[in-house]
Amino acid sequence: MNKQEVSGGEALMLSLQEEAVDLVFGYPGGASLHIYDALFQQQAVQHVLVRHEQGAVHAADGYARATGKPGVIFVTSGPGATNAITGLATAFMDSTPVVVISSQVKSHLIGTDSFQETDMIGVSRPVVKHSYLVKKPEEIPKVVKEAFHVATTGRPGPVVIDIPKDLTDASYNFKFSYPKEIDIRSYKPVDEGHSGQIKKAVKALLRSKRPIIYSGGGVIQGNASEELTKLVRLLNFPVTNTLMGLGAYPGTDPLFVGMLGMHGTYEANMAMHNSDLILAVGARFDDRITNSPDLFALDAKKIHIDVDPASLSKIIAVDIPIVGSAKTCLSQLIEELEKEKYEIDKDSLEPWWDQINNWKKEHGLDHNLVDKAPPKGKILPQQVVQSLYRETKGDAFITSDVGQHQMFAAQYYHFDKPRRWINSGGLGTMGFGLPAAIGVQLAHPGSVVACITGEGSIQMCIQELSTCLQYGLPLKIININNQSLGMVKQWQDMQYGGRLSESTYQGSLPDFIALTESFGHVGMKVEKYEDLQKSMEECFKMTDKLVFMDIYVDPDEHVYPMLEAGKSMQDMWLDKDKKTWE
Amino acid sequence: MSERILSVLVEDKPGVLARVALTISRRGFNINSLSVGPTNIEGRSKMTIVTELESVEQVKKQLNKLVNVIKIVELDPDNNIESEVLLMKVSINKETQTSVIEKASLSGAKSVDVGQDYAIFELTGTSKELIKFEKLLKPYGIIEMIRGGRIAIQTKL
Repeated sequence: MNKQEVSGGEALMLSLQEEAVDLVFGYPGGASLHIYDALFQQQAVQHVLVRHEQGAVHAADGYARATGKPGVIFVTSGPGATNAITGLATAFMDSTPVVVISSQVKSHLIGTDSFQETDMIGVSRPVVKHSYLVKKPEEIPKVVKEAFHVATTGRPGPVVIDIPKDLTDASYNFKFSYPKEIDIRSYKPVDEGHSGQIKKAVKALLRSKRPIIYSGGGVIQGNASEELTKLVRLLNFPVTNTLMGLGAYPGTDPLFVGMLGMHGTYEANMAMHNSDLILAVGARFDDRITNSPDLFALDAKKIHIDVDPASLSKIIAVDIPIVGSAKTCLSQLIEELEKEKYEIDKDSLEPWWDQINNWKKEHGLDHNLVDKAPPKGKILPQQVVQSLYRETKGDAFITSDVGQHQMFAAQYYHFDKPRRWINSGGLGTMGFGLPAAIGVQLAHPGSVVACITGEGSIQMCIQELSTCLQYGLPLKIININNQSLGMVKQWQDMQYGGRLSESTYQGSLPDFIALTESFGHVGMKVEKYEDLQKSMEECFKMTDKLVFMDIYVDPDEHVYPMLEAGKSMQDMWLDKDKKTWE
Repeated sequence: MSERILSVLVEDKPGVLARVALTISRRGFNINSLSVGPTNIEGRSKMTIVTELESVEQVKKQLNKLVNVIKIVELDPDNNIESEVLLMKVSINKETQTSVIEKASLSGAKSVDVGQDYAIFELTGTSKELIKFEKLLKPYGIIEMIRGGRIAIQTKL
């Protein structure tokens, strides 16, 4: 294979095969015609035709999050490229490995404001880990090799390869050879943590009296769930996960205290605030976690493991920073602990656990809401998630959009495995859920994939229902319909005197059932609490069909707990009238 | 806020300058001066960036993340040699000609071009020296002045 003469387009396809890419998401256009012709003439790489380039990137992103393999996207120049930007920014904020191969106008037209020209490298620069403008067809294999290396190693992230049309023209051929090794002098991610720091960390862990382990998306991206679980169980410490980190530690395990942060559980936020030691792994002390940084866990010594040195002491000053991958550093901690014939401070840990369990008893989430008829007669959004959890036995892949439904999903669906909970945590991209579910379903054809969404988010990428029909994807779309932009409305209720500025639709919502049916799928409308569980069963019985459940819920429900802005992690709203301070 | 000088060794690839500038500007920091040029090693360029940063550590870390950035050194203000070049076009007439050229020459500037009603000087020195020179000739009427970016090198090994 390495000796044949190929065109630039063919070289691209061969390079993708070398990277073991079997699936590409994309949308063709003028500048990418040569590439699509090369795609057509081979079988190894399959292509999924989306309906909008934003959907292509989200789908590839979903595929990447569910598998750990990079997601690959083809877009054309100009609008094709700019439509990919939201997807790139989403992947960038959540550090997922995607490679966007954008076509560019012909080399001699670059910079002349030619038809469908945009400076993709310039436009995408703030939201990519790295990018390449290819200058010669012969560079394609090396650039692809480098791009995949950069996208998938260290702190993963999106990479753009911009290829002018003339470079992929079939009329020019050259000898294809794919580089075996790659060496970028200025790019050497650190894997192993500094042994001195590891020793210090173990000492601090054993000395602590009120410890907590706080883990984030880095543990999932870094395939370190096993190590995290082992460490937590060795120490018998409480563990909390960020929104991006759910599933890194089994959600139904008694040592798990729930998600932390803005809408985290009471016990997780209280435990963070009152701890004397925080071990942060693959998490970045985001503002949705810390609340006011100057009031954040003041008594706690902080150990921070992160593969990205720029994350260390960026927001919160850390006592023991450790640069390295979550997997290796956690293994090092375990090894050091076992070597030390460690002893945990049981006498201190016991009252600490009592305290945490008390917090949980006082104001923990009620995971059996679905068993009780809702007081106002209207289905509660939490009940929808609980009903879904029971119906899928907690074993589905769940993608989500952005807003209240996302928070309810994170709070009430217990994730026992990593890569099962797929949502746009960093950028908060409405419209992510449906295309992401497409990528997840294609990655795991036999598995149950549900998209928890709302009537706002789903309309942002609704066109992808058409893609689902083309590829026969039996997704289950759980539309938690509260007839308003719920999270916006919640803030307007709480902080703007209930002035609902542009957060309702004035009776203009589409008939989602008719809409779904017009796309060739099954629609179900649920309005009564009594019908919820039954409909949910019915929906999941249709294993070979996409089912869109339009579930009408109480529009006045808010997400609680909720951290109060400008205060610490212990200052929470617990419901509409109850707050933990004053 | 005090000035910080970063000496950044980069791969000589297209777009590196844009990436570096963006990394600094997206955090809301101004760049006071920036110069880029080749080094003695082929394929490597050196950028000297003068900026007023509150938290230079974070910017250094972010710059280090750029794939094309090889090394970043923050220069110690007390242990570096700094230099900057200035070109200045000054208005002259028969009466002022002699004193302008004399003053410039005493300041160490080179007269690179002298016409009937103007003179162009070139001066290399520290920023302070250049500012002093500007003040000195300002009364005669500066028609145009350009300062190149500052470059700096550490005095110890």
